[in-house]
Amino acid sequence: MNAVTHPPGRLLYEGADWNFETLRRIHDACEEVALGEMGLEIYPNRIEVISSEQMLDAYASTGLPLFYRHWSFGKHFAQHEALYRRGLRGLAYEIVINSDPCLSYVMEENTATMQALVIAHAAFGHNHFFRNNRQFKDWTDARGILDYLEFARNFVAKCEERHGEAAVERLLDSAHALMTHGVHRQQARRAPDLKREQERERERLQHAEQIYDVLWSTLPTKDVAPAELHADQAKRKALLQLPQENILYFLEKSAPRLEPWQREILRIVRQIAQYFHPQRQTKMMNEGCATYTHHRILNRLHEQGRISDGAMLEILHSHSSVILQPEFDDPRYGGLNPYALGFAMMEDIERICRTPTAEDRTWFPDWAGCGDQMAVLREAWAEYRDESFILQFLSPHLMRKLRLFHVSDDAEQPVLHVEAIHDEAGYRRLRSALARQYDPSWTDADIQVADVDLGGDRRLILEHRVNAGRLLEEGEARQVLRHLAALWSYDVLLQEVDPASGAVLKQHAVSPPRGA
Amino acid sequence: MQILDRRLNPRGRSLPNRQRFLRRAKAQVQEAVRDASAKRDIRGADAGGEVTIPLHGIREPNFHLGSGGVRDHVLPGNKEYRAGDEIQRPPGGEGGGGGSEGSPDGGGEDTFRFVLSREEFLDLFLEDLELPDLAKRRLVDGENPQWQRAGYQVAGSPANLALSKTMRNSLSRRIALRRPKPAEVLALEEEIARLEAAGGQPETLAALRLKLEHALHRARRIPWIDPIDVRYRRFEPVPRPVAQAVMFCLMDVSGSMTEDMKDLAKRFYTLLYLFLQRRYKHVELVFIRHTHEASEVDEQTFFHSRETGGTLVSTALEEMQKVVAARFPPAEWNIYAAQASDGDNAAGDSQKTARLLTDIILPACQYYAYIEVGREGEHGMPGFPRGPTDLWRTYEQLVAAGAPMAMKKVRHRREIYPVFRELFAKRAPGETVAQA
Repeated sequence: MNAVTHPPGRLLYEGADWNFETLRRIHDACEEVALGEMGLEIYPNRIEVISSEQMLDAYASTGLPLFYRHWSFGKHFAQHEALYRRGLRGLAYEIVINSDPCLSYVMEENTATMQALVIAHAAFGHNHFFRNNRQFKDWTDARGILDYLEFARNFVAKCEERHGEAAVERLLDSAHALMTHGVHRQQARRAPDLKREQERERERLQHAEQIYDVLWSTLPTKDVAPAELHADQAKRKALLQLPQENILYFLEKSAPRLEPWQREILRIVRQIAQYFHPQRQTKMMNEGCATYTHHRILNRLHEQGRISDGAMLEILHSHSSVILQPEFDDPRYGGLNPYALGFAMMEDIERICRTPTAEDRTWFPDWAGCGDQMAVLREAWAEYRDESFILQFLSPHLMRKLRLFHVSDDAEQPVLHVEAIHDEAGYRRLRSALARQYDPSWTDADIQVADVDLGGDRRLILEHRVNAGRLLEEGEARQVLRHLAALWSYDVLLQEVDPASGAVLKQHAVSPPRGA
Repeated sequence: MQILDRRLNPRGRSLPNRQRFLRRAKAQVQEAVRDASAKRDIRGADAGGEVTIPLHGIREPNFHLGSGGVRDHVLPGNKEYRAGDEIQRPPGGEGGGGGSEGSPDGGGEDTFRFVLSREEFLDLFLEDLELPDLAKRRLVDGENPQWQRAGYQVAGSPANLALSKTMRNSLSRRIALRRPKPAEVLALEEEIARLEAAGGQPETLAALRLKLEHALHRARRIPWIDPIDVRYRRFEPVPRPVAQAVMFCLMDVSGSMTEDMKDLAKRFYTLLYLFLQRRYKHVELVFIRHTHEASEVDEQTFFHSRETGGTLVSTALEEMQKVVAARFPPAEWNIYAAQASDGDNAAGDSQKTARLLTDIILPACQYYAYIEVGREGEHGMPGFPRGPTDLWRTYEQLVAAGAPMAMKKVRHRREIYPVFRELFAKRAPGETVAQA
């Protein structure tokens, strides 16, 4: 119609308006670059257009499209809504779900350019990461998650019907309190097959029905001699798989007085926690990967004349606000921005592959100057998590560029100490200190179920191995323990232990609520 | 690749969660709603809006590390520091970036802010209030019943003939008695005509003729519609629930009523109106102002135009009686009246007022509330103690004698809500309204 600077037909879209055909064209163009040029490997995409209210909905239930009902999601919804309405917070442009097919939600309010950005970012960047990263491969079942969520929702709803909303709510409250300690961190277990989960529950019920015989209930219960149960401690611990870091798992398997449905709900909460665990471990890389991908794809489309200059400016504006990293003394500073750090590291890898300095060659002899940054990046995206990625790939050049420094804050000392800065002496120490900040096993409290005497007083003993003198926040810890005691039905003792000396620094003892 | 449009999905997917949340935090939310509404302008009283509640009770605890111990921070943007430097601890807690492990509810803040919709707000605000005598009048009212369909009957007026039911009965009877169908008769006649035209076969013809005669005979003897088929629609009287209310606002507008006093009265009226609106489908408002004479006016005039003259409360009651008689028969309307005055009344009028109230107004009303508005700080005026006003004394005697009315004094707008709540608080049956 109008012959402007760009040949008509080459442009994927013009102006801010879009329709489903535009989305399809954008997706196909992105796919061409992502799969052809970058060699990404993705789950099939499913893009869903939603309204802002639905986006708030999705926020409230941690981004999952269908979730069981609980008041806390209502609380989060109310909170997000209040912030959103007051204009204090915008909404995310997209939410992407680690599933197969990969689900991306895009908002209807987005301009066509934003949709392009979002599709390149989520439907290709995150999607590739979900599909290839080892953490996700080992720990999550992308194919089964949507069905499992549906199962969980129905199961919880059925329990509410059968046992009352209040009982289910109490149980979920307690389970949620322990959710942070409901994951297996060690790679000893296989990825769960979420489809099997539903089968398993059904089979269990069927089995219980089949073997039910009313005659059995007439048998007198045998009083087991206490001596028999007092096996030696080591054997006892081995039987209960102690010490156990996954508290929810332990409760599900060993809590003496839970009903089967309660164990199943604990299991559901635990599975969901496990599903999200890789996201915590790879947040920075995941965002970096997605940011790098959208940057690369959209630049290429612009070079090809398929995105107009105006649209490219809009993209750059968004892109640069996403990767903004305020300095530590800036009032806007709120920690290291995972988008910024991830993107900077990946750009840095690209630089080292193409134009390495002598320093880069000594630090990264294996791949500096190899010329194929995509191969290096794909390898990194697949095999590393935040902590190990920083340990392996953070270069002195980038540390200088970000002017990183390491401060140690000992509560006993009146002043803070600068331990290392971006200089020859400090690079390695700086790097490992930064890596540790991204290691959940360092930043989370290391709490394990240590011992319990099932034949005796059944007091559950937990141990917090105190790291660097950092004790638990007491008020909340006691609240969590009360939840734990409610599930366990007997006394619970949490000891905070100094791992070096074995000395008990602090104890918290809680009894279950009466009438439980 | 698939693109799906989810915008048309049913809305309010998170509503059940929201209801659960509100139920959970009910006590705190209710308190917050009261606080918020006390601060609010009356026009916005029902607007819904943001409330702040303490986090206590809706906290989601989890294990996390507290302060203390050794923490490491890696920060960007170094300008002057070298390894081994010492930095003064920044005031106000932890060094940058630390302590961000707080609750996800906004960094350990002790309050929680969110927005309530208008309905939620009003529900919570008016929840434990109750309209007196609402149930009594609302359900049963024998004098003006409504007719409702209730099955069939065999006798009735032709206008109520249930045609399809009647025809169905007739059809089944015709089938049961094997009345020949018109088509069968027609077919026989045609067959006979054909045979007559063709000639021959006299026996068959005779048999057919006999058959036709039988059929016609049978059709005559079995009528198409028999009186026993006929059914009429039956109606039953059902007491009609009275789902409408009228609210009378009576106000003294003589010179002694200041704008402040009127404003107080208006606030009270507004609350009552909101409250009635929640309980009745349809609420009418009638404004009656009075000085030494009374008239029904519109809302604008009621609140804003000034009048001069003496004060005769009875005139307002007479006017109200007239309006009730003309437009709001008590059998059909729930009548609520709220009177606001500064308590002045002409000396000789009290008797008449009392009589009017007890004999005519109160029996017709569901509820009668009297609000005596006063100037702020009035009661504290030194050396000029003010006893109860004429009107107050009059009404006090009525209430003491057991009249179903409530009375309160209000001096400041912040007292409006508490007074309103007191007047309508749920109380055990038999308990009477406490006096201020």
